[in-house]
Amino acid sequence: MANPRLIGLLLVAPALFAVGALFVYPLGFSVATAFTTKEGVVTLGNFHRAFELYSVDIGFTLVIVGVSTLLCGALAIAIGGYLTLGENPRAVAILKWLYRWPLFIPFVVAAQCMRTFIAKNGLMNNSLVSLGILEPIQTTSLLDWRGIVITFVWKQTPFVALLVAGAMASLDRSTIEAARNLGAGRLRILVEIVTPQVLPTLVVALILSFVTMMSVLSVPIMISGESPTMMTVDMAFRINAYGDYGTANALGVLSYLMTGAVAWIYLRRGIQQGGRP
Amino acid sequence: MTALAWLPRAIILGLIAFAIFGPLANLALWAAAEQWYFPHKLPVTYGLKFWHQVFKPSSDALLSLGNSVVIALLTVVVSLALAVPAGYALARLSLPLRGLIMLAFLLPQAFPSVAVYINVARIFYGFGLNGTIAGVVLVHAVHGLVFAVWIASAAFAAVDRDLELAALNIGAGALRTFFTVTLPLAAPGIVASAIFVFLESLDEFTGTFFVGVPDVTTLPLLMFTASIAGNYQIAAITALILLIPSVGFMLFVERFLKADVLAKVGT
Repeated sequence: MANPRLIGLLLVAPALFAVGALFVYPLGFSVATAFTTKEGVVTLGNFHRAFELYSVDIGFTLVIVGVSTLLCGALAIAIGGYLTLGENPRAVAILKWLYRWPLFIPFVVAAQCMRTFIAKNGLMNNSLVSLGILEPIQTTSLLDWRGIVITFVWKQTPFVALLVAGAMASLDRSTIEAARNLGAGRLRILVEIVTPQVLPTLVVALILSFVTMMSVLSVPIMISGESPTMMTVDMAFRINAYGDYGTANALGVLSYLMTGAVAWIYLRRGIQQGGRP
Repeated sequence: MTALAWLPRAIILGLIAFAIFGPLANLALWAAAEQWYFPHKLPVTYGLKFWHQVFKPSSDALLSLGNSVVIALLTVVVSLALAVPAGYALARLSLPLRGLIMLAFLLPQAFPSVAVYINVARIFYGFGLNGTIAGVVLVHAVHGLVFAVWIASAAFAAVDRDLELAALNIGAGALRTFFTVTLPLAAPGIVASAIFVFLESLDEFTGTFFVGVPDVTTLPLLMFTASIAGNYQIAAITALILLIPSVGFMLFVERFLKADVLAKVGT
């Protein structure tokens, strides 16, 4: 064989070129457009306009995605913890079968499900009224920012739980057994022994989920298209209604910065731990 | 006593089941309803009227389904054509900056994509790729490339090196060894990555929303339009069509992705 390094690079080159041309270049184009006027003069005007018009939505995006991410993490630890420490094999098997259903369901479909389920006259309120838990007059629609959080958590928790449960299953069980022999309760074992050991996996899953939720356009439009809503809706609106690429890309850069900040926290933690991510 | 001990467990599992299947049940009810209006808690009349509407020849829905499947298949072809050589090189050949190259494929999943797709659409406009199947396929292929490359690389890494050496020893060339030994042994993992890419493409919304307009409508876009127009039956039926492959894959994912390959993904 000729130089294996050269052959290797040649084999990787087309795939790398595709990522460069179809992702990195448009990303750079996006950043450049955010900082220039239509005439190509460098400016911060686009960011001024973005904050002037959409500061509420920028805040809401952070709150919605942040709260959803934290809820996904908490539920994933609970699910993974029960799958690892649960003592009743039948209940463990049922939970294992149950929790994964939304895993590969597309966001558009999840949004359509929730759009009907959590509406004022949706199946959720109707069931609660039929069971006598709610009076018809007490029912409210959850189709606002809360609905977006509910849809995100419903769709994304199985992904985080799958990774977390996998990491928990491959833990060395001797520490768990030792703690159990010393009389520690299951909740204490989960919080103090199991969760710290799967933290790297949990954080990776949560960062991926954070980025995924920041990128979703269909859910906010379908659950709550009116203000306050998410920045993705505003970006699409600036393009489709005004052809305003400057403001849309300024919002885009803000969303890159938000995910960048989250990833940075993770990387810094990794460096503090001796460079292991 | 044992029955009492089950009570809290049963309540919690019941609540989880309600939270997971409730929204899906609501969707199924809408798909079967002909008329459903306030204050009725369940559909007033059931029927298949809207199913006929969706599946009648040359309907928008069938056209979008056809578009979706063609785009997803082409996306798989493009992704694998890029990912199989790249995956092999990453698994078997010593590459400089290998870690960085692996990370580069993660980029499309590491940034919020809406603003990127807006600019892809703008760039594609100059090449006449907007509103074409080819444009949508390119966008989907890059988005799914990380799965394709990482899983293909893991699949090649899991192939026993001694088998390749044995083939080389008895006089097979490097190419022949690859096509008769390495590739067939890595095939299950590559099929798994193909299924991932196929599903990603089938379910993709945002990229198609910006790049596909106005001419390419896929099933998720049709579903979205029907839902926004308040046509919940059509939306529910198209959503059910999209659910079939997603749920099917969820139930069988472990058969496609064996633990030895899974353990090597991303390494």
